[in-house]
Amino acid sequence: MQSSNVINYDYSVAKLFSYAAILFGIIGMGIGVFIAYQMAFPELNYLAGEYGTFSRLRPLHTSGVIFGFMLSGIFATWYYVGQRVLKVSVAESPFLMFIGKLHFWLYMVVMLVAVVSLFAGVSTSKEYAELEWPLDIGVVVVWVLWGVHMFGLIGIRREKTLYISVWYYIATFLGVAMLYLFNNMEVPTYFVAGMGKWYHSVSMYAGTNDALVQWWYGHNAVAFIFTVAIIAQIYYFLPKESGQPVYSYKLSLLSFWGLMFVYLWAGGHHLIYSTVPDWMQTMGSIFSIVLILPSWGSAINMLLTMKGEWGQLKENPLIKFMVLASTFYMFSTIEGPIQSIKSVNALAHFTDWIPGHVHDGTLGWVGFMTMAAMYHMAPRMFKRELYSKKLMESQFWIQTTGIVLYFSSMWIAGITQGMMWRATDQFGNLSYSFIDTVTVLIPYYVIRATGGLLYLIGFFIFTYNFYKTMTASKAIENEPQHASPMAA
Amino acid sequence: MFHWLEKNPFFFAVGVFVVIAYAGIVEILPDFAERARPVEGRKPYTVLQLAGRDVYIKDSCNACHSQLIRPFKSETDRYGMYSLSGEFAYDRPFLWGSKRTGPDLMRVGNYRTTDWHENHMLDPTSIVPGSIMPAYKHMFNNVADIETAYAEAYTVKKVFNVPYDQPDMPKLGTWDEAQKAVLEEAKPIVEAMKSQEVKEAYARGEIKEIVAIIAYLNSLK
Repeated sequence: MQSSNVINYDYSVAKLFSYAAILFGIIGMGIGVFIAYQMAFPELNYLAGEYGTFSRLRPLHTSGVIFGFMLSGIFATWYYVGQRVLKVSVAESPFLMFIGKLHFWLYMVVMLVAVVSLFAGVSTSKEYAELEWPLDIGVVVVWVLWGVHMFGLIGIRREKTLYISVWYYIATFLGVAMLYLFNNMEVPTYFVAGMGKWYHSVSMYAGTNDALVQWWYGHNAVAFIFTVAIIAQIYYFLPKESGQPVYSYKLSLLSFWGLMFVYLWAGGHHLIYSTVPDWMQTMGSIFSIVLILPSWGSAINMLLTMKGEWGQLKENPLIKFMVLASTFYMFSTIEGPIQSIKSVNALAHFTDWIPGHVHDGTLGWVGFMTMAAMYHMAPRMFKRELYSKKLMESQFWIQTTGIVLYFSSMWIAGITQGMMWRATDQFGNLSYSFIDTVTVLIPYYVIRATGGLLYLIGFFIFTYNFYKTMTASKAIENEPQHASPMAA
Repeated sequence: MFHWLEKNPFFFAVGVFVVIAYAGIVEILPDFAERARPVEGRKPYTVLQLAGRDVYIKDSCNACHSQLIRPFKSETDRYGMYSLSGEFAYDRPFLWGSKRTGPDLMRVGNYRTTDWHENHMLDPTSIVPGSIMPAYKHMFNNVADIETAYAEAYTVKKVFNVPYDQPDMPKLGTWDEAQKAVLEEAKPIVEAMKSQEVKEAYARGEIKEIVAIIAYLNSLK
C-alpha cells in the first residue's frame, strides 16, 4: 500500500466519463420508462409526430443505456481502476492523457450524432448495431483510442502481474472489437451506385447468415459489455470497499477462461426454431447451460469474498448494492439458460419474458454495479465524503422494488402470451386471435412501466447524491483505505 | 502457464482472442454459401418494394413485428407455412425481429390488402379494436426515397450478383427505366387507396412512403 500513497493518480478522464454515465443514464432510462408507458397507453405515441413513436424510440433506449450509460460507466471505471491496479498514474504520460481526453470527446461527438440519426430513423435495423456506416467508423476510432490507452498504460505499468480486473477489461476490448467489426460489415450503396443517400448501406450478409452474425454479435455484445466489463468492476470494487481479499484465485481463473471459452457459442440460443442449422441451435442451447458454471463461479467468488463479514451489509449500503448485483447476476444467468432449453424457448421466444430477463440483468446487475462503482470512486475523485447514507438506503429499496415489479410482471406477461398463442380448443382450432393476447397484457405493462419509473426515481436520487458529494459534502484529508466515508 | 500469461499482456491478449474467436469460425463459416442459396422461384425485391422495406426499417417495424414463422402448428395455423432458409436469400439485412408485440408479418401479403393497410396505418384501432400499435400518419406525407432504393438494388446486383435483369427475374435497368417501372408498379396500389393526397402526389410523379411500404407488405408471401 506504500506505493499508492506516493503515486498521484489523475482522475480527470474518469470524472468526465462519470458525468457522461449520469447524463446518458437519465436519457436512456427516461426514454425506457416513456416507451414502457406507451405500451400501456398508446396515446403517448403522438407527442412528437413521427419522432415520438415507440418504434423510433426503442433503438434510442437500447443504444442510450448500453452505449451511453453502461459504456460510460465502464470507461469511467477503467480510467480509475486501470491506474490503481497497474500502479502508474496517467499523469506520468502526457500522450496517454491526451488519448484519454480525445477518447472522451470523440465518444461524446459520436454519441450525439448517433442520437440525432436514430431520431431521424437512420438505421440498419440490426439490434444494438443500428448505426449506419459513417458512425460505425466513428465507433471503431473511439474503441481503438480506448485500446491505445489501455495497452499504453499496461506498457508503462509498475505492477508486473495483471490484476483480475485487467483481464476482464482486455477481454471487453478485444471481444467487442471483433464482434462489432464483423457484424457491421456493410457496403455503402452510394459508392457503388453513385446515387441515393450517401450514408445508406446494405449488409454484407443475407438472410439466415445475417441473422447468425447478428445474434453472434447481439448475444455477445451483451456478454462483453453487460457481463465481462461489469465483472472487471466488481473484482476491484467489492474487495476494495469491504477490505476483504478475493475469495479464490483459482475460482477466478476458472471463471475467466471458462467464460471466454463458452460465451461465444451461446449466441445460437436466439435462433432456436429459426432457419439456422439445427446443430447450431443445439450448440447454442447446450453451451448456454454450460455457461452457468463460469457465471456462477464469478458470482460465488464475490459472495464468498464477504465470508465472515456479512455484518457490513448492515453498515455499508455500497456493499449492499454490490452483493445484490452479484445476486441478480446469478439470477439472470440461471434464467437465461432456462430460456435456452428448446422446449422453454418455444414458449418464451418473442414474448415479454425476454425483455423481463434482460432487465433483471441490466437493472439489477449492471445498473447496481455501475452506481456502486461511482459511489466508491466519488470520495476518492473529489476528496469529499459521500453526501448522504440515508438517500443511498432509500435509493436502494426504491430501485429494488422497481426491479421486482419489472421482472415479475414480465414473467407473467410473457408466459401468459406464450400460452395464449398456442392454446387450442377441443377441435384443435386456435383459441385466441392475436389481439386477445395483446389486450390481456395491459395491466402487466402498467406494472412494468411503474417498476421502471421507480428505478428511474432511484437514479435521480443517485444523481442528486453524487452531485451533492461533488459540491457540498465535507472534505476529507486522507484517501480512505476501504469503506467509503459517508454522512448520515 | 496462467501466472506467466498474467505477466505478459501481449500473449494474454492473444490467448483471449483465440479462445473467443474460434467459436465464431466454427459456427459461422461452414455452410455459409449453402444457407445463402435461394429457394426455387424466389425473386429479389423490386425497387418500389425495396423503398418500402427501407421505410419498414426507418420506422423500426421490426421492433414489434417478427418475420419468422417457427415450425409449430400454432404458428402455421396463425401465419402460414413455416419459414425456410432460402426464402430469406435476398434479405439484406434480415428482418426476423426478436419480439412479437404485434403479429408476425412474414406472409402478411397472403391475407391483408392495400385497403386494410391504408386504414390500419391511419388508425390501427379502427380495424383492430384494442390495438396498441401507433398510427403512422407521417407515411402519408413523407415521400419515399426511390433513388436510394435503386442504389441499393444496383449495389446488390453488382456486388452480390443478385439476379436482377435475368429471365423471369425483376427488371432493374437504368435509373430512367426504373423510375418508370416504379410508377407503373405503384399505380394499382394508389388506385386502390382512398387518400386524395397520395393520389395527387402520384399525379405529380411522387411516391409517398405509404405506397412503398404497402407494396413491400403485399409482397411478403
